[in-house]
Amino acid sequence: MQNLKYVKPTTIEEAVSLLANGGATARVLAGGTDVIVQARERKREIDLFVDIKAIEETRQLSFDAATGLTVGAALPCYIIYNDETVKSLYPALADATCIIGGVAIQGRASLGGNLCNSSPAADSIPAMIVLAGEARVAGPNGRRSVPVDQFCTGPGRNVLAPGEFVVSIHFPAPAANSGAAWERFIPRNEMDIAVANAASALRFEGDTVAAARVAIGAVAPTPLMLAAAAEALTGRPLTNETIAAAATAASAAAQPIDDMRGSVRQRRHLASVLVERTLREAARRAGRQL
Amino acid sequence: MSDRVMVSARINGESTDFLADERDSLLEALRERIGLTGAKEGCNNGNCGACAVMLDGRLVNSCCVLALEVEDAEIVTVEGIAAEDGLHPVQQAFLEEAALQCGICTPGFIVASKALLDINPDPSEHEIRFWLAGNLCRCTGYDKIIRAVQRAGEMMRNGSHA
Ligand SMILES: Cc1cc2nc3c(=O)[nH]c(=O)nc-3n(C[C@H](O)[C@H](O)[C@H](O)COP(=O)(O)OP(=O)(O)OC[C@H]3O[C@@H](n4cnc5c(N)ncnc54)[C@H](O)[C@@H]3O)c2cc1C
Ligand code: FES
Ligand code: FES
Repeated sequence: MQNLKYVKPTTIEEAVSLLANGGATARVLAGGTDVIVQARERKREIDLFVDIKAIEETRQLSFDAATGLTVGAALPCYIIYNDETVKSLYPALADATCIIGGVAIQGRASLGGNLCNSSPAADSIPAMIVLAGEARVAGPNGRRSVPVDQFCTGPGRNVLAPGEFVVSIHFPAPAANSGAAWERFIPRNEMDIAVANAASALRFEGDTVAAARVAIGAVAPTPLMLAAAAEALTGRPLTNETIAAAATAASAAAQPIDDMRGSVRQRRHLASVLVERTLREAARRAGRQL
Repeated sequence: MSDRVMVSARINGESTDFLADERDSLLEALRERIGLTGAKEGCNNGNCGACAVMLDGRLVNSCCVLALEVEDAEIVTVEGIAAEDGLHPVQQAFLEEAALQCGICTPGFIVASKALLDINPDPSEHEIRFWLAGNLCRCTGYDKIIRAVQRAGEMMRNGSHA
């Protein structure tokens, strides 16, 4: 590994100034499951690690029935999927965090790291998108919020400006008669990078879908929120036909690549299958029978 | 070269001070600075689990942790698993079930299997396979390893916990 310095600030202000003064070669260290390997393999030029895990707000997990759930950006996956509130009110978040890597990866890997590494295949991002997650960002110019669906700008790229980092991710309180689900496809049962992943969230008023959010990953340069799929669902009862229309919209929106994990055709197909499955599971979790 | 930094942690129950480069992984520090060579380097990128250790009670891959991160932490490596008077049931069961050949993967499997049995004394085969998905073995094959974990579970439930 290249020579580097390691610092562990305890406040947000300290972290921001370390990152801002460190320039492009300073990186946040959360669980390290992406960035330590990247530094060692020199995939990234890094000379300063700013460990954010001693900053209290990056380790919080708090829920308020009125305002929703706040998950510290550096909180490891295992704490998230073992949390009773997450399991009962935000199961789509548990779906994704309990399958990232294996147990040893989940002991360290965080949502903030998954988001900021900005891999097109990052598993938690579609789940965070359909749950209307917002990244709470701190930087030299103060705080701002960025909706997760607008966070990634390309493979490994995102909206963070120099000196900025994600402190936490906020999710609104789940509405009545709503449900969400996440799934992925990999050739093994666990421990592999997604060939495709998807998440859906539905809110019902009576039999009608009052609001829908659908997102897919690993099939485009960034995870995608699918407005066309949501449109095909909203304002109508959920039927096999509307589900099929949303699934078709997903394979149309996918812009996949061919690689060793899957072909363009397979990925387009997977996007539609996973959207269909997550819609059915989201409806089930919202208490609807199809 | 960067300057060495003093790190203090509890390793296998003993307060330990060691000097580390700021770029050292915990795996490098354990093996090269502290002389605990039980944890192995298989892939050095988080995929194989040969370097698995317990960090503050959680299973982690020590190749994906920086040595400086473990200041004040509690670490248990495979060297810390046996009791004074004999092997831990997981170690005994791996021997009896012939769950190792070259042995490179074994320390990681032992640490990971014990972590599972400590929270789930009677795991199903599926639960064992799922838990150990992050540990790769190139020679023994997984069936014998799974049987060893089941056997260790039985031994621990029957009170032969060393
Ligand atoms: C064996 C293995 C299996 C894996 N399996 C999966 C999988 O199944 N699915 C999946 O999606 N990923 C997987 N990953 C990738 C990785 O584990 C995840 O992306 C993880 O969520 C990264 O989180 P981290 O806390 O370890 O991030 P780190 O490695 O600490 O950081 C990742 C990147 O984000 C930056 N960063 C981290 N936190 C912040 C923050 N709060 N603000 C700003 N920047 C930040 C870092 O500077 C770095 O560039 C796997 C990795 C390994 C090694
Ligand atoms: S050496 Fe650490 S996971 Fe393979
Ligand atoms: S015994 Fe050789 S790798 Fe498992």
